[in-house]
Amino acid sequence: MTATLLKEASPPAAPHPDGSRGRRLRRRGRVIALLFVFPALLLLGALVVYPVLFSVGRSFFDASGNEFVGGENYAEMFRDPATLKAIRNTAIWVVVAPTLLTGLGLILAVLVEKVRWATAFKLLLFMPMAVSFLAAGIIFRLAYDEDPDKGVLNAAVVSVHDAFEGSSSYPTARARDGEGLTARPDGSYVTGADVSPGGTAALGLVGVAPKDLPGDAEPARPAASRSAGADEIGGVVYLDFTPGGGGKPGVVDPDESGLPGMKVEAVRDGSTVATATTGADGSFRFTGLDGGAYTLKLPSANFAAPYDGISWLGPALVTPAIIGAYLWIWTGFAMVLIGAGLATLPRDALEAARMDGANEWQIFRRITVPLLAPVLTVVFVTLVINVMKVFDLVYIIAPGPVQEDATVLATQMWLVSFGGGNNQGLGSALGVLLLLLVIPAMVFNVRRFRRSQR
Amino acid sequence: MNAIRRGLSSAVVQAFLVVIGLVWMTPLAGLFLSSLRSAEETAEGGWWTVFTSPGQLSFDNYSALLDNSGITQAFWNTVLISVPTTVLVVVVAALAGYAFAWLDFPGREPIFLLVVALLVVPVQIGLLPVAKLFGQLGLFGTIPGVVLFHVAYGLPFAIFLLRNYFAEMPKEMLEAARMDGGSEWRIFIRLVLPVGRPAIASLAIFQFLWVWNDMLVALLFADSSAQPLTVQLQSQIRQFGSNIDVLAPGAFLSLVVPVVVFFAFQRHFVQGVMAGSVK
Repeated sequence: MTATLLKEASPPAAPHPDGSRGRRLRRRGRVIALLFVFPALLLLGALVVYPVLFSVGRSFFDASGNEFVGGENYAEMFRDPATLKAIRNTAIWVVVAPTLLTGLGLILAVLVEKVRWATAFKLLLFMPMAVSFLAAGIIFRLAYDEDPDKGVLNAAVVSVHDAFEGSSSYPTARARDGEGLTARPDGSYVTGADVSPGGTAALGLVGVAPKDLPGDAEPARPAASRSAGADEIGGVVYLDFTPGGGGKPGVVDPDESGLPGMKVEAVRDGSTVATATTGADGSFRFTGLDGGAYTLKLPSANFAAPYDGISWLGPALVTPAIIGAYLWIWTGFAMVLIGAGLATLPRDALEAARMDGANEWQIFRRITVPLLAPVLTVVFVTLVINVMKVFDLVYIIAPGPVQEDATVLATQMWLVSFGGGNNQGLGSALGVLLLLLVIPAMVFNVRRFRRSQR
Repeated sequence: MNAIRRGLSSAVVQAFLVVIGLVWMTPLAGLFLSSLRSAEETAEGGWWTVFTSPGQLSFDNYSALLDNSGITQAFWNTVLISVPTTVLVVVVAALAGYAFAWLDFPGREPIFLLVVALLVVPVQIGLLPVAKLFGQLGLFGTIPGVVLFHVAYGLPFAIFLLRNYFAEMPKEMLEAARMDGGSEWRIFIRLVLPVGRPAIASLAIFQFLWVWNDMLVALLFADSSAQPLTVQLQSQIRQFGSNIDVLAPGAFLSLVVPVVVFFAFQRHFVQGVMAGSVK
């Protein structure tokens, strides 16, 4: 849009000599001129203008191309759920992506002027423009991978989550039936018999593979035989399984390991009065308890399935995720274009406002943004045109089964025409719809050009 | 007090921009580091584990890539598509741009307005009709077919850009050359092309990257022996995850050329992309 539109074109320097010699010269000039434009006109005519007309015509015929169906393909477009989904997704793209990009570009363009390494920053953010959508697609397929051991985004999300919520250590652990622990519907376990201060408890669990034990786990037997003080309840949480066999269920055998990091609660009359976390040998101890009967509880958090992060490329988030990748590519473009506009703002207006005591936010809101409005419009319109035609990113990033949730007009047009659908009537109608959507931009360009010629 | 506050806010701004910069670099760094790890290592943990065990890094994937005839063939196809397209677009558009700017022929104004209107025509609308046309001409599936399609859809912008640039040449310069009896062809070669060099450079770089990075057009028009790197790599994406040791170095290979071009000609590139944003 910022193409170097010329200010005024001079009329051609066509000589107007009179006489037959002059006429011959002029005719010769025209022939030469036509030779100059002929290759371009041939290519444009055969490969651009003719296809547009052909597609418009083809869109009124059925899939095979033999039968005239009128506007049927256009009606079908709004009936077929897949195409409807594509239209809806394209609408989301067109509203969300240009808005975010223009906003982000504006903020960064203003901020980057305040640092000395502005040029390096601009280069870094602009660089993704040189990268193909395919490469960007592979990059983001990798970043969005659902497995936190592969996708960097989920690795970050999971580590933040676990830092606040703590990770559960024993998702597979369970108690043996009839060995003192009862399962509750919420996934926690409680002791069947009450424990009083001065008493101890050995809470045995199974279902943890020895290789899944934390590296610092120690045998539980020494701790299990320790007694508790008058106001204490002690005990161990252990893996009631002897590797190689030979252990007795419900008994802490010599080779059986403690389960470190297990949360234990002492519950009295239905409310938790004390909590403890087991040590390396699985031992826990509640101190300073009043007399009475307590139940011990292993809360469900110990057994919760591990948090896997967010399903970025699942049906719900796939479109926002792909828009995120698009932002990575285009933010630099918006920033540089807006930055160029920023450089043309009148310095005195900004200085005067500063002298009058306006703060940076007021200057931004009241002066910078209104003066930049024309540039922002150009950036926004440019992005809308580009977003409408987005194809490669969606095609590459959305995994096969989710493709239909992520589909946009351009991918749908491809699928319908060439990718199995093989309905070239409907495909042509979708192509024509894409063309109709960019016609406002076409009019805008032509008007702008004609104005520049006056 | 004011100075302290200003210093503080500038520190906040710097920190914010540093974070943004790191976020922007991470995806690319992730791809590069992934491309240096074996498939087994990728299955076991993310690329960030290289910071704790750098022993994983090796160029084995790249040497395997060079032995992969599908990939090397696709790389050459990419070159064979992008370079001729760029040359043809520049030549055809420069001829037409000069004619639209300075030569007199019937219909000059309306035809040029049509070219301006064609700027935003989406390539999608051309896919089906041109595929049929190329089928009849025996061009479907071939590299020349891909090139011709790219040239046609690159022309409106190229003509628009060059015509506007040429039109700004001083009229006296051309008239003097015509007085000296130079033919239009001579004037074009000796005067117009040299004067137009900055615009031609921007156009060439923009056009080259546009075609190098294209996938859609080649996906339809190139058969398996003519397909460029983008199409070859996308055909391997179906088994994403299992073959990341091919995809990651392949993607990196495909983006090295554009990124080098970008850094070598950043000014022209930025101008070209900004001017070309109308597409």
